[in-house]
Amino acid sequence: MEKFTILSGIAAPMDMMNIDTDQIIPKLHLRTIKRTGLGKVVFDELRFNTDGSEKPDFVLNREPYRRASILVAGDNFGCGSSREHAPWALLDFGIRCIIATSFADIFYNNCFKNCMLPVTVGKDDWRLLLNDAADSDNPRLMVDLEALTITRPGGDQIAFEIDGFRRDCLLKGLDDIGLTLQRADKIDAFEAAQSEQQPWLYTSAVQ
Amino acid sequence: MASPQTLFDKIWQSHVVDVQDDGTTILYIDRHLLHEVLSPQAFEGLRLAGRQVRRRDATLAVADHNVPTTDRRQGIEDPESRLQVETLSINCREFDVPIFDMLDPRQGIVHVIGPEQGFTLPGTTVVCCDSHTATHGAFGALAFGIGTSEGEHVLATQTLRTSKPKNMRVLVDDPLPPGCTGKDLILAIIGRMGTAGGTGHIVEYVGRAFRDLSMEGRMTVSNMTIEAGARAGLVAPDDKTFDYLKGRPMAPQGVQWDAAVAYWRTLKSDDGAVYDREVRIDAGDIAPQVTWGTSPEDVVPITGAVPDPQDAPTEAKRTAMRRSLDYMGLTPGTPMTDVAIDNVFIGSCTNSRIEDLRAAADILRGRRVAAHVDAMVSPGSSIIKQQAEAEGLDQVFIAAGFQWRESGCSMCLGMNPDRVAPGKRCASTSNRNFEGRQGRDARTHLVSPAMAAAAAVTGRLTDVRQLAR
Ligand code: SF4
Repeated sequence: MEKFTILSGIAAPMDMMNIDTDQIIPKLHLRTIKRTGLGKVVFDELRFNTDGSEKPDFVLNREPYRRASILVAGDNFGCGSSREHAPWALLDFGIRCIIATSFADIFYNNCFKNCMLPVTVGKDDWRLLLNDAADSDNPRLMVDLEALTITRPGGDQIAFEIDGFRRDCLLKGLDDIGLTLQRADKIDAFEAAQSEQQPWLYTSAVQ
Repeated sequence: MASPQTLFDKIWQSHVVDVQDDGTTILYIDRHLLHEVLSPQAFEGLRLAGRQVRRRDATLAVADHNVPTTDRRQGIEDPESRLQVETLSINCREFDVPIFDMLDPRQGIVHVIGPEQGFTLPGTTVVCCDSHTATHGAFGALAFGIGTSEGEHVLATQTLRTSKPKNMRVLVDDPLPPGCTGKDLILAIIGRMGTAGGTGHIVEYVGRAFRDLSMEGRMTVSNMTIEAGARAGLVAPDDKTFDYLKGRPMAPQGVQWDAAVAYWRTLKSDDGAVYDREVRIDAGDIAPQVTWGTSPEDVVPITGAVPDPQDAPTEAKRTAMRRSLDYMGLTPGTPMTDVAIDNVFIGSCTNSRIEDLRAAADILRGRRVAAHVDAMVSPGSSIIKQQAEAEGLDQVFIAAGFQWRESGCSMCLGMNPDRVAPGKRCASTSNRNFEGRQGRDARTHLVSPAMAAAAAVTGRLTDVRQLAR
């Protein structure tokens, strides 16, 4: 997996609460067999009119936010259906970091699986960052996962926290399947014991 | 002596492969189900990393979301739907994973075929990239939905990295009143708990109301646990569970069957086991339920009326209710039985099993669907469809004016061509009444199969007890 260490980029402000995965990527676009290519439809209904033209007010349709790699969004980001298409679509658009006051569980989880960093900050810090992002002349933030800081355009820093294991995986670009496979001996041992105790789980499945 | 354990604790503990320093558990997965929508990227990941499926004998795939419910030999018209279904077949062939493709006589909705084949068994861990995996909890299996990357992790390692959820008991001690089904019970529970009431928890359903339910009814209850925000529901296995499973193609046979049942009988919460949370609900006074809004918690008894946002406790709730009512085209105070409908859908992994079809047919026998109503049935599996035909149920539906279709997710979410038209109102046996769920601007009222049949006959939402014989 790719690494996530330092991300310096344009932050787009999205001052909306409860942005759900349906809004990020409607079910119409789930009929794909790829992880990539969904960036062009991310936030479909917020971003485009029914005739396919852009809604000029939507933040990602404006300069410089078309090139955003960071999103500063409201409470409970990513709620609703478990579709991993939501982080895929954001990533494909170019967004690798979302800053919010809270996230829905599965979305939060899914981000780490895709080398994306969801950052939870307090209400006051969030307000500052939202204002920074809203200044279209210089909406640049720097997110440093090693130092656990966000550097604001003027140089001030805001600290954040993240679970150690997850941080490690992102910093080193570790693939968690690879990590688990390092424990293959334990999985083998589990299967050996279980097949002894519940042999029907090993003999009776699909023919 | 060891301290008393809940059913959930027992299943969890018997599947721990390893606990990491940070508290993450590597949990063994016994059964992995796949469908065509949320699995292609998991296989792509395996392919890119050069990995294999660890246990093909513990994995089963089926095409259900995109498949047409009309003559399938014609293939799938929509190119994207077709590609997704074909990709599942190609992936399964490449990775040697068993699959029921669109034309297989065992095809059906993923959460219907698992139990039907005996693939779902008590005491197992069951996952699928699909939130309604909760269904399988009816068998006393720990069953929950996962993301696609997690699905890839299971394919490659037969395990999941996860942390232990909390444990909650929902107790309903009294029997269900006449006219009420598992669907009415779970809708009433979600109405009480709210859609976030179970967040972070596994729910165990305990008490007479659940014991009395058939396996079909228990599956309906477990299925909608996710609508209360919980990851999984559990019902302790009993003789009904064993009777249901006995002789199923993938269930244990012979001496293994006896050994399995002996083990399964130990799968219940010990006396004095402690739960993180408890909810007790009286079933005695519930009436058949119906939803009025765009969230499964928006529930009223059929004898009730459309609620008034002004009575809501907070401004946020008032705003949400107004938006819902606006979408649903309903006025506060309207009796639910005055609400006219345009469509009826009997199907989905919630309510499409043989018992559901029988209950609907009982109401329909000798009656006709109201002239303005478009009604269809999509049985939960091709095997259920066949069984229903052997019982003559198809003829009852057809004579009443229903369309008798093939099996699939169908109008539950309309990824195939089965959709409710914009602005139309549907009495549906499915599980989600979200905006746009059954089609753009479609209005959904969630009900039991008998209630759906009653609505079809009168052309409006109807108290099934008035049509019962
Ligand atoms: S029937 Fe509906 S809820 Fe069930 S698996 Fe299919 S789409 Fe999901």
